[in-house]
Amino acid sequence: MPPSPTERPDRQLRRARARRARRSRPAFLRYLVLTVLALVVLFPIYVAVVGSLLVPDQLVHRPPALFPTDPQWGSYSEAWSAGHFSRYLVNSAIVTLTITAGQVITSILAGFAFAMLEFPFKRTIFVVFLATMMVPFEVTIVTNLTTISQGIGPLHFDWHDTYRGLTVPFLATGFGAFMLRQAFLQIPRDLRDAATVDGYGNLKFMALVAVPLVRPTIAALSVFSFLGAWNQYLWPLLVTDDDRLRTVQIGLKQLRSTALDEINVTLAGTILAAAPLVVLLILFQKQLIRGLTAGAVKG
Amino acid sequence: MGRVAFEHVTKQFGDVTAVDDLTLDVEDREFLVLLGPSGCGKTTALRLLAGLEDPTDGTITIGERVVNDVAALDRDIAMVFQSYALYPHMTVRRNIEFPLRSRKVPEAERRELVSQAVATLGLAGLEDRRPAQLSGGQRQRVALARAIVRRPQVFLMDEPLSNLDATLRVQTRAELVELQRRLETTVVYVTHDQVEAMTMANRIAILDQGVLQQVGAPHDVYARPANLFVARFIGSPPMNTVTGTVAAGDDGDDASADPVVRVSGGRFELTAEQAKLLHDQGLVEVVVGVRPEHTELGPDGSVDAVVAVVELLGHEQHVICRLEDGGLVIARQADDRTPPDIGTPVRLAAEPARLHLFDPRSGRRIEG
Amino acid sequence: MTARRPTSRRAQRRREAALGYVLVAPALVVFAIFVFYPFAKNFELALYRNPPFPHLPRRYVGLDQAVDVLTSADFRESVWTTVVFAILSVPAGIFLGLALAVAAHRRLRGIGIYRTIFASTVTSSVAVASVIFGTLFNPVIGWIPALGFNPRPPVLENPDWALPAVALVSVWQNIGLSFIIMSAGLQAIPDELLEAAEIDGARPWRRFWRVTVPLMSPTIYFTIVVGSIFAFQAFGQIDLLTPSNQKLLGTNVLTYYIFSNLRERQDPGTAAVLAIALFAITLLLTLTQMRLLERRVHYAA
Repeated sequence: MPPSPTERPDRQLRRARARRARRSRPAFLRYLVLTVLALVVLFPIYVAVVGSLLVPDQLVHRPPALFPTDPQWGSYSEAWSAGHFSRYLVNSAIVTLTITAGQVITSILAGFAFAMLEFPFKRTIFVVFLATMMVPFEVTIVTNLTTISQGIGPLHFDWHDTYRGLTVPFLATGFGAFMLRQAFLQIPRDLRDAATVDGYGNLKFMALVAVPLVRPTIAALSVFSFLGAWNQYLWPLLVTDDDRLRTVQIGLKQLRSTALDEINVTLAGTILAAAPLVVLLILFQKQLIRGLTAGAVKG
Repeated sequence: MGRVAFEHVTKQFGDVTAVDDLTLDVEDREFLVLLGPSGCGKTTALRLLAGLEDPTDGTITIGERVVNDVAALDRDIAMVFQSYALYPHMTVRRNIEFPLRSRKVPEAERRELVSQAVATLGLAGLEDRRPAQLSGGQRQRVALARAIVRRPQVFLMDEPLSNLDATLRVQTRAELVELQRRLETTVVYVTHDQVEAMTMANRIAILDQGVLQQVGAPHDVYARPANLFVARFIGSPPMNTVTGTVAAGDDGDDASADPVVRVSGGRFELTAEQAKLLHDQGLVEVVVGVRPEHTELGPDGSVDAVVAVVELLGHEQHVICRLEDGGLVIARQADDRTPPDIGTPVRLAAEPARLHLFDPRSGRRIEG
Repeated sequence: MTARRPTSRRAQRRREAALGYVLVAPALVVFAIFVFYPFAKNFELALYRNPPFPHLPRRYVGLDQAVDVLTSADFRESVWTTVVFAILSVPAGIFLGLALAVAAHRRLRGIGIYRTIFASTVTSSVAVASVIFGTLFNPVIGWIPALGFNPRPPVLENPDWALPAVALVSVWQNIGLSFIIMSAGLQAIPDELLEAAEIDGARPWRRFWRVTVPLMSPTIYFTIVVGSIFAFQAFGQIDLLTPSNQKLLGTNVLTYYIFSNLRERQDPGTAAVLAIALFAITLLLTLTQMRLLERRVHYAA
């Protein structure tokens, strides 16, 4: 690049040059690259959608059809009723919403306590919370399975094939408590003092001032929890055998094995399983990103 | 009654003593300013009053009762914070009525009190806005409205003007004083700005490192500072202080018999009473203080100095001179005089009656 | 003013502590029962050998079972499979995520749509991704064979290709998440740094390696560590794409091995040993990565 007439490292000057440089390169090229990449990323989903709409013998074509000339929406209704997907979706919704609510509530309570209250061993207990993030799931499954089917200690219960079995182990998360603690710590100390002078104790302060102020974090945690709970696979597989309790992920496995010849129905099932999350993504993209990147990027 | 009293109150944070054996009375309906540099303990003292901190030792009284064990909300006080501490997610109206809701004030009465507060602070029309949509001055008035809405006995204010720009500050100063007079409440006001203290207070309490230095009306504190710290803190530009030795006046070139204090570059004349005072206290070394407005530049001066800097402020001039030993002395003079050039040798003079004398070891004022 | 009895400060402090405990209690109870107790119990389970018939009592064998399991060929192979799986899926996922993030880090019109598309795979669960790719690999109707890649036996029944195929599914599924994290990392870099490189005339490829990657090193480092942990916990893809004969097909990752011991062989003792091994390996891996990589990470000055 030729040196500018004035040698000032002017920020605006540099920006203008960059803009000029960018404009001279064809934007078309960039869009092309982006579009190709987007197509590659979307390809599997596209295939699934197309496949779900094809007539079964169209599927066997070589090469497979790229566009459904005669869209068969029947595969969806089949997945829905005969494939029990209506029930699976309801189960997933119940389980996911319960887990999400549980995680959010316990995280708010614990996060508030860590951030705003003083009590003996607070530091230790917080470390305990963090430690739960270190313990991988596999190490706990063996015993949790037993606990769920037989109960623990003097308490005997059988939660195999129940909503409780699917949700209770996941009602709390160390990560959520950590996130909420960080968020509550951002509340200026003055606000707490003002509320004290105004006559508000801890609980009222939490409900009336603190929680409304950390709404974005709560939203992010909700999305994060929802995603994790909806996509669970191993645990529902172990805990449920009864078809009436199946979540949509295990339902997919079931559908696939029973509908081996009806690929279109299976694919319709995958779309049905993914659809709620796609809607969520479109509506809550910002919160989703916030929740997922909470630990990754500093500041 | 809005009387407030600190009795031998001490507050320690670990090894640090923030407030050291403070004993201070505030009269009913008085505007008392706690003044001092950062870290002097004034904010801690205020927080002790509010009930946001517990004293390590001592008794705090509000009204007629000891409040050491009383929670903040029951102390009948209101507080205005430096950052205003408005609840960002609530409207102005909700912010102002917040202290009333916690005390279960019935809705009709709440509405009435809130609208009174709104009217008093000139916030009409802003009730439905959020703090983020208000200017700095408006936010401050909302903070004030929230404080007055309960009609407490005592108002506590923690540097409420420091976040405002200069012009707004001057205007708000006057409004605050007027507000206090109208509401007939006691105000304990914390600031590090001595101009605020001088213009607003009935009495000023000056603190340094947790220790009370002096309490008195602004004029008293200005004219008779109790020690070197107060002398240097109050007054802008600050008082000139020079260390010197006491001597009889009959050695040296002048044959006058008046006692003097020998300083670098000359001497300051003393009255007989002043000399006697020093002699009685057995002091040979003394710190002489004289305010810039009482420091004269002229041929009759008794101390040699050289002009270092001249500041022209429009309504007056500050001539900063350097003594032989390097110390600086500021003289204020009217702006219609010709400002001297830098480097000009001058002679400084001060009337003995205008001199303040301080013990160089303790810093305490020497007086009869 | 309402007449209220003043409360003592000491009582206040006690109440605050009590409240603190009450608030953390729900989470702690869940953790105690479902995290810490199982973790501890796991060690106990590992010490007992379980008979082939579930209702017979188990035998205390101390560390014998652990030794047997950990020295078995199956275990070694499973660990190897897991490691290969991680090597196949983690770097690719990071690279693609970063590439997409860089490509989409432009102020172009409509870039939001592209960003949503790149992030979209985050909505596909393991099951969804696996079933769809199962179709893609299908020798009869799948696109991948149709495009020319058609080994005998078919991919998902082929010991040479089954694991890479499963890894590919993992990569695709993780692109969305990787993209989101890399994008966030890119946004944390001040524009001027990237623009300056652009103006300095460096070609895009060189720019990428000399400027972008070093500046992104904290984020990349985080993704490597977290990505590896997730890779070692992969399960769903195996179960759905190679539901049988994992050992033969070379897809018997540790998690699956644990699962098959639990569900099919009803052998919690072995499963417990394997779980501890998995935990230890993951921990070791994470610590090693932290030690090795932390030095090479440039934190923002």
